[in-house]
Parts: sequence; structure tokens; C-alpha cells
Amino acid sequence: MSARRRFDALPYVLVSPAVLATLVLVFAPMLQAAWTSLYHHILWKPRDVRFIGLDNYLAVAQDPVAWSSLGRTVMWIGLTVPLQLALGLATALLLNQRFRWRGLARSLILIPWALPSVVIALMWAWMYQPQVGLFNDLLLRLGLVTEAVPWLAQPGTALYAIIVALVWQGFPFFAIMILAGLQTIPASLYEAAAVDGATPWQQFREVTLPGLKGVIVTAVMLRLIWVANSIDVILVMTGGGPGYATHTLPLYAFKRTYGSMDFGYGTALACTFSLLLLGLIVLYLRRAGRDIRS
Amino acid sequence: MSTLPNIAGPRPSALRRALTLHLPMAAIVLFAIGPYLWMLLTSLRPEATLFSAQRTLLPDALTSANYVRLFTRTTFTVNLLHSVVVALGTVAVGLAMSITAAYAFSRYRFPGRRALMMTFLLINMFPLILLIIPLFITMRVLSILDTHLALILAHSTFSIPFATWMMTSYFDAIPRSLDEAALVDGCTPLGAMVKVVLPLALPGVIATGIYIFITSWNEYLYASILAGQDVRTLTVAVQTLIGEYEIAWGLLTAGGVVGALPVTVLFLFIQKRLIAGMTQGAVKG
Repeated sequence: MSARRRFDALPYVLVSPAVLATLVLVFAPMLQAAWTSLYHHILWKPRDVRFIGLDNYLAVAQDPVAWSSLGRTVMWIGLTVPLQLALGLATALLLNQRFRWRGLARSLILIPWALPSVVIALMWAWMYQPQVGLFNDLLLRLGLVTEAVPWLAQPGTALYAIIVALVWQGFPFFAIMILAGLQTIPASLYEAAAVDGATPWQQFREVTLPGLKGVIVTAVMLRLIWVANSIDVILVMTGGGPGYATHTLPLYAFKRTYGSMDFGYGTALACTFSLLLLGLIVLYLRRAGRDIRS
Repeated sequence: MSTLPNIAGPRPSALRRALTLHLPMAAIVLFAIGPYLWMLLTSLRPEATLFSAQRTLLPDALTSANYVRLFTRTTFTVNLLHSVVVALGTVAVGLAMSITAAYAFSRYRFPGRRALMMTFLLINMFPLILLIIPLFITMRVLSILDTHLALILAHSTFSIPFATWMMTSYFDAIPRSLDEAALVDGCTPLGAMVKVVLPLALPGVIATGIYIFITSWNEYLYASILAGQDVRTLTVAVQTLIGEYEIAWGLLTAGGVVGALPVTVLFLFIQKRLIAGMTQGAVKG
């Protein structure tokens, strides 16, 4: 594959199935959504559908719920993804060592990842259950609290309670990706470092981390997007409540769209969220790209 | 930091290994399986004891009553089948559409490559809530709402870009010198992909396939809005149960256990092959 003298059509042929499928399945609907956001469009008022330009977006900018939801989205991402990464990295480093029950541990670790979000929401809601849930039962028995805490029903704890569930759901993904990355690092590199007298910490810094950078950058990016967009666990656990306490921006868009059938305003909220997320990803990739080069 | 991969050197003492390896590993495993075990335990208790004042942490008696009720009183078997069909279809479409694209991104430098990869990234970050309305409208016009096809297509919106990105990075991990050698030996570029790169990248392809299967199985929003009547997948069924049997936690947790079991088992089976394939890579050569 050295010098390509003339135009090579092969790569374009190779990418065409994926490109065509996404054009039809994603880009056409995306344009339709962007178009809808410029309309006053409430499903049960079909005769009142009219073009209003950017009015929906101006309304978003003045919507206090949209702003507070944005703040919660930042906290949601900013707490969940780093916690998942930290726990996933620790798990992968442990799993990459030789010990007798390693295979068992590796299998059991994966269970949260394999479960449907709705089931996860169900099991955590059951543990957070105010009267007979596991957490309150244990805390009361140990005397750490004097009365049952309604974890999901009070604004001060609801969002954090869901974040714990989401960290639990997401850390195995990091663990498995990083473990796969660890195993692509040739053992000869460690042997060479050991011969040169490198301490375990130096080996970690000079061999392990550089070898993992590509995997971590990809995994963090995918998880960032996934966590930001993730609303099903919240939806099943609290429905966004109490009040707006667990509304993230995409959940607010979802509820405005399907709760009040306000398609125009809901899609404007979703478009706003998409643009903000796009900005975040571009920033992230710029920094990550620079880190990799240096 | 004493948690380090396969280092040649003297073995640390047993106590040190217990503190730096076995103990933290056990804590993480307990954290990972605790909620699942608790759900399983709840599902095996008689419904009447769950809210009783004399309840104990571990049950006095176990019962299968919640499972009997789940399979005789609800449509759970049918829901499981719908989920299997949709998830398998999504894996097939996702892998078939993205393998060649990932190979092109990894092995060729062609005009528009960066733009195309960036585009796939953009698609990947596209909030699913935004796509539901237009997909709903289009699928209603095509009369495919509430079918398996509708959900497979909807799930392909995230599985194709995800698979493309993931497999590109897996292909990138395989040294180009290997397929260059195959080309020198007279292989065509596609032959090099099928005979050299793909077998080496198989663990990555399987990992990607598993991930697609799980996301499709887990998916709830599309499944509830683009289908939900004739084709009611497992996640929608569980959510419906939560609405119908609000305090019947025995039945609810039984539904959760059954719904989670197929993916968990499948995952554990494939996981061994996956990691084994990765450790015996030809890279060391």
C-alpha cells in the first residue's frame, strides 16, 4: 500500500454502505427535526401549525427550567463519567494481574453492563425504596440515620442517587475497554523497562498509560456522549422529579415533546442540547488530540 | 500504585497481595453484583413478607411463586422473543454496514476521510430524542410502525456509527505491516482485509457485536414510542409492569431477573473467547 499513483475508488466503495444507511436513517430525520424546531407545532392543535423562525430558540434562552436543566446536565456528566473512568481503570488494572479467581471476577464485573437500563432503574429504585429498601434498612439497623431517607423523593438527594446507579452501570464498559488495551501492550515493553531498572510506578507512567491513551480517549468520548444523552434510567426511576430536581436538558426536551406534545419547542430544546454537546466534544477531542501528540 | 500488569520481578508477599489485590477486587465485585443479587433475593421471597415489619435481611423461606405468576399472568415470554429478534437484527445490520467502512478508515488515507469520520462522530452524539419524532412520522407513512423492522432501523441509527468507530480503533491496533506483507504476497486489498486483518480483529468485532446486542436489548425509548403494542420488547414490558403492579416488588424483581438473564449469560459465554482471542494476538510474533 505504498505509493498511490492514481485516484483509488476502493475506500469510497468500502464506506458507502455505512454512509448511505446513515444518510437515510439519521440525516434526513435530523433535517426534518431542525425544520420542525422553527415551527409553532403542538400535536393536538394541527390547525395552528405555523412558521415562527427562531422564536422557539428565544423562548429556550428565557426558560429558567432549561437553564437549571443545563446546570444539572453539567453536574450529571461531570460526576458520572470521571467516576466511571476511575473505577473502570482501577478494575482493569486489578483484573490484568494473575490471581486464581480472576476469570470469575472478570465475569461478575460485567453484570451491570449487561443489564437493561429499565431493569437497573427498577433494582436501584427498589434499594432506594423509602419504607423497606435495602439502604434505609441497613442505615437504620446500623444507627447511622434515625429515620428513613426518601432518597428519590427529595430534591437534595435524588440526582446523586441516580448518578450512583449510572456509575454502577457504566464502569464495566471502561474496565473491559481498558483491559483490552492493557493486553495489547506487548509484554516485551515491560520486560525492557524492568531490565532498565524502572520501578512499577515508572512502568505504569511510561509504558501502561501511553499504551492506554488511545483506548481511554475513545472510551471517554463514547461514554460522555452516552451519559449526556442517557435519560431512560432517570425516566424510570423518578420521571424527572421531584419537581424538576432530576431533569437534565435532554430529559426536559423529551418531556416537553411527548408530555405536552409541543413538538416545536421540544425539538428546539433538543437542537440546543445537541449543539452544546457538539461544542463539548470538539473541545474534548482538541485537547485529547494534543495530549496524544505530546 | 501497586496494581500493575504482568511485571516480571519478585512476587510480593501474601499479605500485600491481599491488601492491594484481593480485597479491593472483592469490594468491586461486591459492588458490581450486589444490586443484582438483592433483586434476585427479593424475587425469591413470598410477596407478603416484603413489607412486613418482621422482615429479615435474609429470607426464611424461598418461593418460585413470583416467577410462576410472571409467566402465567403476563406476556413475558412473547416480550423476550421480540427483544431477541430486534437485537439480533440490529447486530447483523450494524456489523454488516460498518466492517468495510472501518477498514477503509483504518487502512486508507483518502480525500474526505477526516470529514467522514467526523460525521460519524456527529451521528454518534446525536440525541436519540431528536430522531424519534421524524422517524415516527416517516415510519407511519411507510406503515412499519410497531414492527421488528422499525426497531431494527431505529437501533441502527446508533449501532452503525458506534460499530464504525469502535472497529476502526480495533483495526488501527493491528500493525499495517501484516496486511502490507499480504499485499506483497499477491493478496488483493479486500483479501488482505478478510484473511489477515479481520481474523486478528475478531475479538474487537465480537466485542462490538456484543455491545450492539446489549444496547439494542437495553433500549427503551425507541421501543416504547416506535413500537409497544404488537411488538412489545422486554424493556417496555418491564416498564409496563412497574406501572401496573406498583408495589408488587416480588413480581417486578422476577421480571427484572428474567429480563436480564439472557444477556448476562450470553455475555459471560462470549467474554472468555473475547479476552482469550485478545491475549494470543499475533503481534508479539
